[in-house]
Amino acid sequence: MADKKLLTITPAPHIKSKFTTRRMMSMVLIALLPAFIGSIYFFGLRALWVTLISMVTAVVTEYGYQKLTKKKITAFDGSAALTGILLAFVISPSVPYWIPVVGSFFAILFVKQLFGGIGYNFMNPALAGRAFLMASWPAFMTGKWIAPTGGTLSGIESITTATPLSTLKLVGHSKDVANLLNSAESLKHLFFGNVGGCIGETSALLLLIGGLFLIFINIIDWRIPVAYIGTVFALYIPLYYSGVSLLTPLFHILAGGLIIGAFFMATDPVTSPITKKGRWIFGIGAGLLTVLIRQWGGYPEGVSYSIIIMNMFVPLIEKYTLPKPFGRVRRTA
Amino acid sequence: MPKLFTFRGGIHPGEFKFTEKEAIEDLKAPETVYIPLSQHFGKPAKAVVKKGDRVYVGTLIGEPDGGFSASVHSSVSGTVKKIDKYPHISGTSVPTVVIENDETDEIEPSLKGIPEDEITPEKIIEVARNFGIVGLGGATFPAAIKMSPPKGKSFDTVILNGAECEPYLTSDHRLMLEFTEEIIKGGLLVQKATKAAKLIIAVEENKPDAINLFEKYRDKYEFEVAVLKTKYPQGGEKQLIKAVLGREVPEGGLPVDVGAYVQNVGTAYAIWDAVYNGMPLVKRIVTVTGAVNKRKNLRVPIGTPIAHLIDYCGGYMGTPGKIISGGPMMGIALYTDEIPVTKGTSGILVQREEEMVLDEPTNCIRCGRCVNVCPMNLMPNLLGDYSENNMHDLSKEIGVLNCIECGSCSYVCPAKRHLVQLIKTTKFQLKRKR
Repeated sequence: MADKKLLTITPAPHIKSKFTTRRMMSMVLIALLPAFIGSIYFFGLRALWVTLISMVTAVVTEYGYQKLTKKKITAFDGSAALTGILLAFVISPSVPYWIPVVGSFFAILFVKQLFGGIGYNFMNPALAGRAFLMASWPAFMTGKWIAPTGGTLSGIESITTATPLSTLKLVGHSKDVANLLNSAESLKHLFFGNVGGCIGETSALLLLIGGLFLIFINIIDWRIPVAYIGTVFALYIPLYYSGVSLLTPLFHILAGGLIIGAFFMATDPVTSPITKKGRWIFGIGAGLLTVLIRQWGGYPEGVSYSIIIMNMFVPLIEKYTLPKPFGRVRRTA
Repeated sequence: MPKLFTFRGGIHPGEFKFTEKEAIEDLKAPETVYIPLSQHFGKPAKAVVKKGDRVYVGTLIGEPDGGFSASVHSSVSGTVKKIDKYPHISGTSVPTVVIENDETDEIEPSLKGIPEDEITPEKIIEVARNFGIVGLGGATFPAAIKMSPPKGKSFDTVILNGAECEPYLTSDHRLMLEFTEEIIKGGLLVQKATKAAKLIIAVEENKPDAINLFEKYRDKYEFEVAVLKTKYPQGGEKQLIKAVLGREVPEGGLPVDVGAYVQNVGTAYAIWDAVYNGMPLVKRIVTVTGAVNKRKNLRVPIGTPIAHLIDYCGGYMGTPGKIISGGPMMGIALYTDEIPVTKGTSGILVQREEEMVLDEPTNCIRCGRCVNVCPMNLMPNLLGDYSENNMHDLSKEIGVLNCIECGSCSYVCPAKRHLVQLIKTTKFQLKRKR
């Protein structure tokens, strides 16, 4: 047999699906395109530059770190680019250009790479980057918003100093203002996106198009957004009708970063539970925290912190939601 | 359309059943056959012939070594050249009886079938034991052992497994089309041997011609046909029982614990041949597919080197990279085509060099696809992590021993992790520790 070339042996299976991590990331990037184009329309070229700077910084940081530490280069698998874009989408279009640079650098280096790179970050890097920026430069992050093209900052004509969610915290609990915010006209603005806010989060419609696309092609699990948004909606029903909240449940699910958070952040596979039951718990928990922060917290919005906090519960949630193996009668573990 | 039987999880790989219309052709045995004494689950058989012995088609050459073994017979008429170690499907070399074929195809004179009225359950089990019948779906579990339930347990249903859920393979499909009645009669023999009340023949819906043929015999014989959803691994024993009967084989248990007996349709045919014709298991149907010039379904004498099958099929198409014994999902890649066909060889799949899947694994991104497809409801990602870190006891706690090694997790993994291989490593380590 010595003269004969030996064949290749590998373990089974000998065929594999063509689906790869890179393709998965590409799909998410495609899903963000409508919101991206929308952001340029609403906030001008500045939105484009902030997003591009953030994305490039993320990829360069990942590449540099992997090069320096002589690790396998995975900087171009799309996940770093995605982190950069998502970070840009949750910051104000008015920030100085160094803000996304610092944020992306922090997100990729400290949150992702130092913990082992893709798959090992224990919280969503984009949101962790945002939290870092919020804590370090709150003035840039929440101090200045831009009104969208053809709209006002708050979505209602008379108020031009606050975003929809921060309006009531700013002008005090005014029933009249709340009525304006709850009006069909205001909700329409929230839905289509011509209100002030972070770069990628203002248009519920454009985000929903991308989110539903990802559910349809089986990239994200519908359970998380349904549980998350459903919980926020459900909790605001009693809060609104008992007068605790002046804003309707519908306003609350359309305003702020809930849609982008529920569809694009909370569904990040690395930082959300892998079990189906766990995903329900994760979504409900995030919804609960969001309502707590919005209603009684110091910030007008609580989506990013809610998701980060729930990220840290993921190992615990998974531990208690392990599926029952086929044929197991009672769990012995 | 009636309700299709199925189970939770599983995948839908491309079917690639190129050979489903190719009628079975008889492959003439080559000048020399290499019959391994280990072709079954359990201890290898003990050789009962020696160099120079005259053997016929069906002559016993290896007898069961103890209770957990099976007998082996000559597939040709000729002379024993030697008994020596020879390359085997397992990747090692095992004791093999090398027989020079005299090409007379003379059949062992002592063999004869049993008349219909003398067939008893005990006789069927005895024939299965003496005639080397093992499960032909790939597991090669000795049928005689399987048909004798442990004390206090009994079978109520026999399911003939005609799912053939592995892509590319069509050997069972062709057998069902060309030997429909024989399979049914074999199934009835199994039913008799196991004293089960019911016989069900289960076929995936992608073989409507086979389903229709079976339906035609329902007036003549008493059995049922279950149409299964086309999904991998529908033909897995536990999945099949769950799909057809709705019963879950308990963890660590056997199908008999839920009264079910599953046997491949090819095995039913072999039992029919053994009982009625007195012919031991010396030939089997092999699908030769993939990168060969003429893809075929062949009836192959056991012990024929794979190279001989390839020659008959017009040779390789392009440069062969991998030769897989069995289907692409669970088959074993062989390092040489000199390895002989054994009782468990349901197919030979050739992949050209450029077709080989040789992905480098990357980090798990926890997408959960492996969890969704696992037919045993396990967490392959976690089992993979534990395996990589030698945490085998933790794997055991979360049920690693339930894994049926179907490979669905590895198939879907976007990070291309070798999940089923990691799990096999864990199972091996746990076995070694015991």
